[in-house]
Amino acid sequence: MSTTEQNLPVKAFTRDFNFYYGSFHALKSINLPVIEKHVTALIGPSGCGKSTLLRSFNRMHDLYPGNRYQGEIVLNPDNTNILDTRVDPIEVRMRVGMVFQKPNPFPKSIYENVAYGLRVRGEKSRSMLDDKIEDALRGASLWNEVKDRLNQPATALSGGQQQRLCIARCLATDPELLLFDEPTSALDPIATANIEELVTQLRDRVTILIVTHNMQQAARVSHYTAYMYLGEVVEYGITDEVFLRPKKKETEDYITGRFG
Amino acid sequence: MKANELDQIRSVIKTNKRADLIFALAGFLALMVGVMAFVTLFGEMLANGWERINPDFFSNFPSRRAANAGILSAWVGSLLVMLVTALSAIPLGIAAGVYLEEYAPKNWMTDLIEINVTNLAGVPSIVYGLLALGVFVYTFGFGQSILTAGLTLGLLILPVVIVSTREALRAIPIHIREGAYGVGATQWQVVSDHLVPYATPGIMTGVIIGMSRAIGETAPIITIGALTFIAFLPPSPITDTAPFLNFEWLFSGFTVMPIQMFNWTSRPEEAFQQNAAAAGLILVLMTLMMNAIAIWLRYRLRKSISW
Amino acid sequence: MNSIPATTVVSDRLARNVQRNIRERAIESILFGAALVSVLTTLGIVWVLVSESLNFFEHVPFSDFLTDTMWTPLFSEPRYGILPLLMGTITTSLVALVVAIPLGTVIAAYLSEFASARVREIVKPFLELLGGIPTIVYGYFALTVVTPVLQAIYPDLPGFSMLSAGLVMGIAIVPYISSLTEDAMRAVPMSLREGAYGMGSTRFQTAIRVVIPAALSGVLSAYILGISRAVGETMIVAVAAGMQPNFTMDPTEPAQTISAYIVQVALGDLPHGSIGYQSIFAAGLSLMLMTLLFNILGHVIRRRYREAY
Repeated sequence: MSTTEQNLPVKAFTRDFNFYYGSFHALKSINLPVIEKHVTALIGPSGCGKSTLLRSFNRMHDLYPGNRYQGEIVLNPDNTNILDTRVDPIEVRMRVGMVFQKPNPFPKSIYENVAYGLRVRGEKSRSMLDDKIEDALRGASLWNEVKDRLNQPATALSGGQQQRLCIARCLATDPELLLFDEPTSALDPIATANIEELVTQLRDRVTILIVTHNMQQAARVSHYTAYMYLGEVVEYGITDEVFLRPKKKETEDYITGRFG
Repeated sequence: MKANELDQIRSVIKTNKRADLIFALAGFLALMVGVMAFVTLFGEMLANGWERINPDFFSNFPSRRAANAGILSAWVGSLLVMLVTALSAIPLGIAAGVYLEEYAPKNWMTDLIEINVTNLAGVPSIVYGLLALGVFVYTFGFGQSILTAGLTLGLLILPVVIVSTREALRAIPIHIREGAYGVGATQWQVVSDHLVPYATPGIMTGVIIGMSRAIGETAPIITIGALTFIAFLPPSPITDTAPFLNFEWLFSGFTVMPIQMFNWTSRPEEAFQQNAAAAGLILVLMTLMMNAIAIWLRYRLRKSISW
Repeated sequence: MNSIPATTVVSDRLARNVQRNIRERAIESILFGAALVSVLTTLGIVWVLVSESLNFFEHVPFSDFLTDTMWTPLFSEPRYGILPLLMGTITTSLVALVVAIPLGTVIAAYLSEFASARVREIVKPFLELLGGIPTIVYGYFALTVVTPVLQAIYPDLPGFSMLSAGLVMGIAIVPYISSLTEDAMRAVPMSLREGAYGMGSTRFQTAIRVVIPAALSGVLSAYILGISRAVGETMIVAVAAGMQPNFTMDPTEPAQTISAYIVQVALGDLPHGSIGYQSIFAAGLSLMLMTLLFNILGHVIRRRYREAY
C-alpha cells in the first residue's frame, strides 16, 4: 500500500494524468495523492481544471463524446487503474460517489432519493432500506428535519437541504471516496455553513476530495490542499502549510488575492 | 473494500447490464418495426404499381377500364388546389406569425389567439372539411370547387406556418433588431427589411412541411363533396384573348391525387388496386421529396447559423 | 405643478410624422387581422357544427342520440344512436394506442438515452418522413398488406376489420408520439442524468428511474395528444375498418368510426338541409368535443406539471 511521507495510507492517486476535451489539453501530467479518511481540497481560479480533475475520478467524462483520458488514476486497496479500458465506469461510479455543484435531487420522494443507489444495486428488503436510509440521513444531518415527511417530493426541500439530501444519497451506498464539486456555490451562507460542518463531521469516516472556489472554505475543511492553475497542480501539501507558507510564488499570489 | 464486496458489486452490475442490453435491443427492434413498415409499404406499391407508371398514366383521365385510367385530372387538380392553398396560407400565416411574435401586446387577446392556434393544430382534418362544407360551399356559395378546397387546406396548414414563422423569428437575436432600430428604422422596416428575410429559411421549412401535409389530405376534400370521377380539366388560367387571365378555374369541379387513390382503393377489382398503388407511389414520392427538402433546409440552417 | 416643460416628450418630433405613423398603425392592423383569421376559423367551426347540430336535434331526441344502439340515418326507418360509431372510434383508437404508445416510448427512450448523435441524426429525419406519409396511403397499406397477413394468422378475420385499421393507425402515429416523448425526455437537464450515472446507474436505469419520471408530464401529454390523433384519424379507418356501424368492441370485426361515417355521407349525394346532411355535423361535433377534451387535457398536463428542474 502506498503511503505519503507521514506514512498515511493513500486511497487514490493520479499518475501522469492528462485529459483532453477534443483537442484541448485540459489537464497536464497531474500527480496527486488522495489520503484515506482525510479531506483533500482542489483550489484555483476558474478554468484551471479542478472540476475536470474531480470528474475524472468517477469517469463522468465518459458521458460526453470527444473526451480522452491519458495516464492513470489508481484506486486502493486493490490498486486498480480506474481509467483502464477494461474497467467498467459503472463499477467505478458505484465505488466513488459524487456531489454536484447544483443540488440535483431526483423528482422523487425524499425516501426514494436516498434509496436510489441501493435500488440500483438490487436491494429490495424494506427493513434493510429503512435502516440504511435513516443512517444516511443522520450522517448527512438531515434526519431530524425530514423524518416526518420522507414521502414528500425532494424538490420541496430548500437548496441547502437538497444538497444534504444529495450527500445522504451518496452516503447510503458507503462510497470509498466521495467527490464534492463546489457543493456550496449555489447555496446561501447559512446552508454553506451547514454543509461545511457536515464535511468536517464526515472527514474521519470517508475519504473526501472537494473542489472549491472559496479559499476560506478549503482552509476550514481540508487537511490537504492542491493549488491548480492552467491544468497543472502548482503546489500540493498540508493545508496549513499551503496557506501559511506557500512554497511557490503563484500560490502565494492567489492565496493573498494578488492573483491576476 | 473487501474482495467479496467487489465481487458482489460486479455481479449486480452484470445483472443491470443485461437489462440495459435487452432494452437497447428493444429500442432497435422498435425502430426496425418502423423501418419494416416503410419498406413493405413502399415495396408493395412499387411491385404492384410500377408497371402502371408510364406517360399515358399521367395524360389519361380516369376510366371505367382500369388499364386506360390515368391521373391527369388528379394531378392537375392537386396542382391548382395547392396553388390556392399556398397563396392563402403563406401570406396569412407569415403575417399572423409576425404579429404574434413582434407586435402583439401582452394581453388577453394575444393569449386567446395563441391558445387558439395551438388548439387548431389539434383539430382533426375532417372537421375542417365540415367547416368548409358549411361555410365555403353553402354560406359563401363557392360550391365544390378548387377555391373551396384550396382555402380549406390553407386554413388546415395555417397553424404550421404560424408556428414555424414564430420559431424562426424568435431565433433572431435581439441585437439585430436593435441594430436596425438604432439607425432609425420603423417597426415595419425592421420586420420587412431584416426579420422576415433572415427568417425565410425557417419559414420555408414550415411552409413545405405544411404543403406536404396538404397535398396528401383526403378527408376534408371528400367532405366538401369533391367528386371522385372527373373526366375533364378546369378551364385554363391563361387565355389567348385579353386580359389573358381567367379565374373560372377557381370555381371548377376537380379531383386530387389522394381522392383518386381512395377511389381506386375502394374498388374490388385487382386492376384498380394496381392503379391505386401507382397513384400512391407518386403521392408518397411527392411528400417524401417535400419533407426531404424541408429537413435538408433545416439541417443547413442549423449548420450555417452565425449570428 | 405646471413647471414641467412640454419638451419632456422626447419622441414628440417623431410622432409628428403623421403619415409614417398612420402607415405603421395600418400595417399593424393588417397583421392583427391575419392573426385573427385563426380565431375566426375556430368560431366558424363552432358555429357550423353547433348550428347544424341544433337543426339535427330538432328532429332527433338528444337521449336517443346518446343511448340508441343503432345508427342508420340513411335507412327508411332511421335510427340515430351515436354509440356504435363511438365504439368503432374507441376500439380502433385503443388498438392503435396499444401499438403506438409502447413503440413510441421505447423509440423515444432509445433515441434520447441510448443512441449516439450519429444514429439520432439518421433516425429522426426517417421518422419524420414516416410521419409525413399521407394517411390514404396507410389505408391502402392496411387493406392490401396488413389485412391479408392477419388473415393468414386468423383465417376468420373479415376483409375489413378494426384490428387491421387500428394496427396501421398505430404505426402511423408512432412518429408523432415518439417525437413528442423524446422532446420531453431531452428537456430533462443533464444534471439529473449525471446524478444517476454518478451513482453507477446503467443507461436503462437512468432512463426508467430518473429521466422518464422527471419527464412524466411531457410524456403523458404526448400520449394524450396521440389519443386525440387516433380519434380524429379518418382515411385509414374509412378504407380498412369497414363502412357498417357495428355495436361492438371486438377488434376482429368490421365497424364504422365517426370520421368514416362523415366520409361515407360526403361521398354520396345528400341534399343540403336534409337530416342525413345534418347528421354528419352532429357526428363531427361529437368528434370535435372528444379531440378537444384530449387536446386541452394534454396541454393542461404539460403546462401545469411542467417540471421545475
